This record gives sequence, structure tokens and C-alpha cells, in this order.
Amino acid sequence: MSPTVTTSSEANNNVSAATARAAAKAAVEAEKTGPQTITLAKALNTAMADAMHADASVLVFGEDVGMLGGVFRITDGLTKTFGQARCFDTPLAESGIVGMAVGMAMNGMRPVIEMQFDAFAYPAFEQIVSHVAKMHNRTRGAVKLPMVIRVPYAGGIGGVEHHCDSSEAYYAHTAGLKVYTPATVADGYRMLREAIDSDDPVMFMEPKKLYWSKDQVDLEALRAEHAANTARGTSSEGRAAVARAGTDATLIAYGPSIPTALAAAAAAAEEGRSLEVIDVRSIVPFDDETVCASVRKTGRAVVIAEAHGFASVASEIVARVQERCFHHLAAPIRRVTGFDVPYPAPKLEHYYLPGVDRILDAVDDLQWED
Amino acid sequence: MTISADHTAQEPATKDAAPQDPASEAVRKFGITAEDYMLPARHQIQMVGPDGTLNPHTEQGTQPGHEYGLPSDAELLAAYEQLVVGRRVNDQNSALVRQGRMAVYPSSHGQEACQVAAALCLAEGDWLFPTYRDSVAVMARGVDPVQTMTLFRGDWHGGYDPAEHKVGIQCTPLTTQLLHGVGVAHAAKLRGEDTVVLAMCGDGATSEGDFHEALNFAAVFHLPVVFFVQNNQYAISVPLAHQSVAPSLAHKAVGYGMAGERVDGNDVVALLAVLGRAVKLAREGSGPLLVEAHTYRMQAHTNADDATRYRQDSEVAEWLAKDPLSRMQTYLTGRGLLGDAAVDRIAEKAEAVAAQLRDGLGEDVPVDPQDLFNYVFSTPTQQLKEQSAMLADELARDAASTTTEAGK
Repeated sequence: MSPTVTTSSEANNNVSAATARAAAKAAVEAEKTGPQTITLAKALNTAMADAMHADASVLVFGEDVGMLGGVFRITDGLTKTFGQARCFDTPLAESGIVGMAVGMAMNGMRPVIEMQFDAFAYPAFEQIVSHVAKMHNRTRGAVKLPMVIRVPYAGGIGGVEHHCDSSEAYYAHTAGLKVYTPATVADGYRMLREAIDSDDPVMFMEPKKLYWSKDQVDLEALRAEHAANTARGTSSEGRAAVARAGTDATLIAYGPSIPTALAAAAAAAEEGRSLEVIDVRSIVPFDDETVCASVRKTGRAVVIAEAHGFASVASEIVARVQERCFHHLAAPIRRVTGFDVPYPAPKLEHYYLPGVDRILDAVDDLQWED
Repeated sequence: MTISADHTAQEPATKDAAPQDPASEAVRKFGITAEDYMLPARHQIQMVGPDGTLNPHTEQGTQPGHEYGLPSDAELLAAYEQLVVGRRVNDQNSALVRQGRMAVYPSSHGQEACQVAAALCLAEGDWLFPTYRDSVAVMARGVDPVQTMTLFRGDWHGGYDPAEHKVGIQCTPLTTQLLHGVGVAHAAKLRGEDTVVLAMCGDGATSEGDFHEALNFAAVFHLPVVFFVQNNQYAISVPLAHQSVAPSLAHKAVGYGMAGERVDGNDVVALLAVLGRAVKLAREGSGPLLVEAHTYRMQAHTNADDATRYRQDSEVAEWLAKDPLSRMQTYLTGRGLLGDAAVDRIAEKAEAVAAQLRDGLGEDVPVDPQDLFNYVFSTPTQQLKEQSAMLADELARDAASTTTEAGK
């Protein structure tokens, strides 16, 4: 039970007071125009706060997301700003969190829920696969489930077992789920706003090792971009991005592998090889157009992902590109992925994770002599 | 929309104001503990016995804190009518399966009192979350019979709009729908609406993890949900003793801090009284409640099952004598509430529904192959558009070659 007991009129006053405080805070932030250096964590947090300001049906809940602000502090301050009704802790049960969110979404809400870690989402797998993904289809579109399931995922943080899984393929393989994964600070804001706006359920895969990565972004410009996109009905939703332009070969990556791919491209440039880096951003739907345009241009490709390679998103990308770009390819497409082993213990993870050298070795193998 | 804060908290019990919640009231009025209030009565509540006579008040199983009033004559007659229709629906659907006109039908024959009471205890605007065996309850909530049976006819997974009828899609993965009911109630509570949700499951389903999570979430968030367990003694072939050794399934309530009750699931009078009170309490802010009804699945799990492999004919015969329909007919006739004219009128109505089912399920409903792609997302992805075009092309070529062959 909540430690504070209030009557409903007090509660409403609290909501009004909280809203006023939040508006004042937003006004202060609005004055900070121009680029600021913020983390991905802050971008995600701001996206949720802005969405909650914009729409009273947006609710945030999960384990420890309330007063603590989440174990990664992504929901920091939301309970204080919006009150217990809008951002709250649930009992420790992931199926319950997702199942309850399904019912809330059926009844007019837009829940944004947090699975504390990738592997802790597995108890909710049945709700996600059998209901979240299928409700719209089963009811011939009568019931929409506008809900976002946020999943901090992948490794590189020295986490113990069950804290570092790359679980995106499970969701990407399930028809009816959108699967997004941002890699930059700006995309953290942009894509989470799009996910919350989506009338279809979104698995929002957050690369936890990038939570504290920083970048200069102009939040006001991002807010204006979101407002303009909403007004026009356009967005970058479902689109891949060219993270670095190049001409000799394409590195296709997403989420936690983007900084590694960019580092590999920078190293290759020093050796006189120009690599283009494509950030997939949206695994489902998949942007064949952007990815294939790059590969047709360069004629060579390496797909990079942390997840095990067997039956993976990386495998799917290779197959799709090969089907569409075969006559443009100078060499077979290579994959650089995690090995097909359970995610390793912290002292072993650097052997497992795709690194710059492994990527450059794969690039070297792309039959340059022919 | 106003979202009221602090929804996890129960209303404060102040010294001056009269206690609002039924547990406190029971403590005050009957001198029993809150735990005693949450535990089910020592015996299941039964108002009308198998022979169709009203039990004396002292033999209804009630005790302090577990008092139930007799439903009104109008409610009893409405329930009888739905019982007759429900029995006819069950038997018609089973026949349609035998004739190969429907893929499968999990019949609630013998459980009609539970089905009818679950639907009738709710007000307009309340939600029902049924399982695959609860078609009769779905129809009793006003969903078109043929739309209800779409799932089993095999042309789509669901045939009605849950939001229109406030009836969840009949759910196959056990107890997953209880959490959806919890979410619907939670959303309604946050908006200050007085919606009550009745969420149904069977005895075997209480072994599932989502049963636990749903009851716990509903209790912690103090939500107006009535969990209604139809204990029909078997989960396909496995008897209740292999699912649970709890004193009763209703006893599980106290573990979540909610009130539980058990009731004769073949006595629609007691069911209306117990579920009616549960819905009323939930609407008034008691938080969730758990009701267990003891009933019996008179037929096999589905047509694909052979019940003779796991239960004795003598057991079935024992339950035949407790039939909910004949019991109610005897009771109402004995009270002079049901004459021949009414019996005939209701029988005709049941026949009309059966005819509707025969017509609706007999016709060969055209299916659109493009529907495969139309509802996966609100807006189809590029990949689905490509796959849809591929299938359209395949079908066009098939049609062309059929035409060519026919022309030869």
C-alpha cells in the first residue's frame, strides 16, 4: 500500500500542484534554448515527461519506476512531477505488468511500461506473444493496443547473468509487434515519442550500455520536430538512418553496436577505406529501402549485432539484402555477431562482443582483390 | 480526463466516520476478525437445493458477514429464461460440431447457472472477461450468438468487438485474461468511473501464474474486480485434487487480502445472490473479491476428448441429479412464478436462437485471403504489403490457369 493516504479531492489538488510545478520546470527548460549536452537516459526521460504532459492517458509503471526512478533512473522524477496515479510501482511480476497494461490500453490508456532487464521480461512472454501482438488482428482492428514495453537490453556493462541478453529476435519474430532500438541521444527522444504515439504496440529496446552516452542535442528543436511531424502525419518512424556516409562497403548495425560500427569506420578511414554505417533504428518494420540503397551503392556489406548470430536479426538482414541486392554484391555479406553461447560472465564478455578488430577483419574478407 | 492520484490506497478509515469497507463493517457488526470476513463461509452457499425447494435460511450456508438476500422475482425469471436458452445453445453447438459444421465447441452443459449469473450480475458498462468455455455467458451479455461462435466456426479468431459489448475476446491461454480485466478496471478507476469487471476462469486455471498475479495486482491496487472461478472438477482429464490441496479455491482469497466465497454453482438463485453482492461491494469500493462456484462439466472437455477414460458414469449421474435447469424450473413452478405459457414462450425463444445458430453456422462464410494482412498492424508495413501482393498474384495466376483449363 502507498505510504501516503489522501482523499480524492486532495489527490486532485496534488495533481494540479504537480502539473503547475511541471509546467514551471518545462518553462525553465524551454529557456535553455540551443544545443545542450545530455545523456540518452535524460533524452528518454524527457520523452516520457513530454508525452505525459501532452496526453493524460499516458501512464508509466513497472518495478521500481516510482520514487526510485527505475534502476537505471530512466523514469526519474516522473512520480514527483505527475503523481502516483500516472507513474507508479507495481508488484514484482512482469506478466502482471504487461497483462494489466493490455487491459488499460483496451480501456483508453497509453501505458509505457518498463521491464527492469531484458531477461526479466521472459515471465511476460506469453502476454506479449499471445495478446500484445495479436489483439489487433484477432479483433479485426477493433481493439488497438497503444502500449510501449521498454526493455533495457544487451551487454557491455559487466552485468551478471540474466542482465545482458539481446532479446530483440524473440520480439522481431513475433508478428504484430513493432521493435525499435535507438542508438543516439536524439533518437532516444525522437523514437520514444513516436513509440508512445503509435497505435500499435512497440517493444522499445534500449541499449543499456549507451544510457550514459552523451551528445549535444537541442531538445526544443526535437520537440518542434515532433510537433511538426504530428501535424503533418510524417515521421522517421520505421526508417533506418545513414549514421556515417561512405563509398566502399556498408556496415549495417543497430542499438548497442552503432558506436562500435562507427569506431570501425573511423579506423578503416585511416587505412584509406570508406565505410558507410547504416543505423537500422527500427527492426520491425524494417527499412529495406535505405539499407539496400546503401549496399547497392557500395557493393559490400557486414552486418553487426551483439545477439547470437544463429537465427538472429542479423541473419534476417543478410537474407533480405542478399535477395534484393545479389547482382550488386562483390562479395558474400558477412556477419559479426555474438557467439552462439549464453551471454558470458563479466570477465569474458569482451571476447564475446563484436569489436572493432573483428569488424575490420570481416571487412578485409570482402574479396577486395577480385 | 482527470486521473486521480494515489489509487493504490484504500479509503482512509477515520475514527468519526462509519467504517466503509465490508471487512471493517463485519468486524464492527458481527465481532469477527477481518480474516474471518475474508475466509469463505464454512459451507458453500446454497439457496435452492437439487430438488427445487428453497432451503430454510439456517441451511443456506450463510453466517455472520456472509448474509445473502433472495433475488427479486424478475431477476429469477430472467435467469430462468437465459438458462433455457443457454442449455439449447450448448446442445445445438455440440450437434453442429458432430455434423462437421463447426471446428470445436467447449460446452458449458451443466454449468449454465454459472454462465447466466456471471452475465446477469453485471450492469451496463461493466466488463466481462470470459474463457473459451463461456460462450453462453458472452451471449447472455448481449453479443450476437453467431458472432460469438465465429472463433469456433474457424473463419476468424474473434467475431465481435470487445469494446462495443464490454466483453473481452474469449480467451484460450488460461487466466491471461484475468490481467486484462485488472487493467480495464484500473483504467476505469483512474478516470473515476464506477465500472466493475467480472473475470472468469476454471479450477485448473488457478494453477497458472497469471491467476496469482491478477489477484495480487487487483488487491494491491484495490480494484473493482470480481474473480469468478467455475470449479467444474476437471481440467480436461485432471481432477482438482491434482491442481490444488487448498481447503477450497475460495480460500485462496485471504492470501491476497480479499474476501472469498463459495457457492453451489448449479443453484442460479444462490449464484445471483453471491455474485450480485460481490459486484455491489466491488462497485462501492471494497476492492476485489473471489467467488468459487462448485459445478460440473457434464460433457467431455471438447468433442476431441473422451471423458470415459478419466471419470466414472456414476459420478456423472450424481451430478445429473443436481441439474441447474430442472432445479430452477421446479422452484419457480412451485412458487407459482412460472406457468405453462411462460415455459412455452421461453422454449420458443431458445428454439429461435438455435435456428439462428444453425443458419449462421451452416452457411459457408466467404473468407478474404487478404484479411491475413489487413489487421496485423493499424497501418500495414512495407513487408506485409509485399507479401499481400505476392498472395494476390498467386491467386490471380491460379484463377487464370483454372479459366484456361476450363476453356480447353
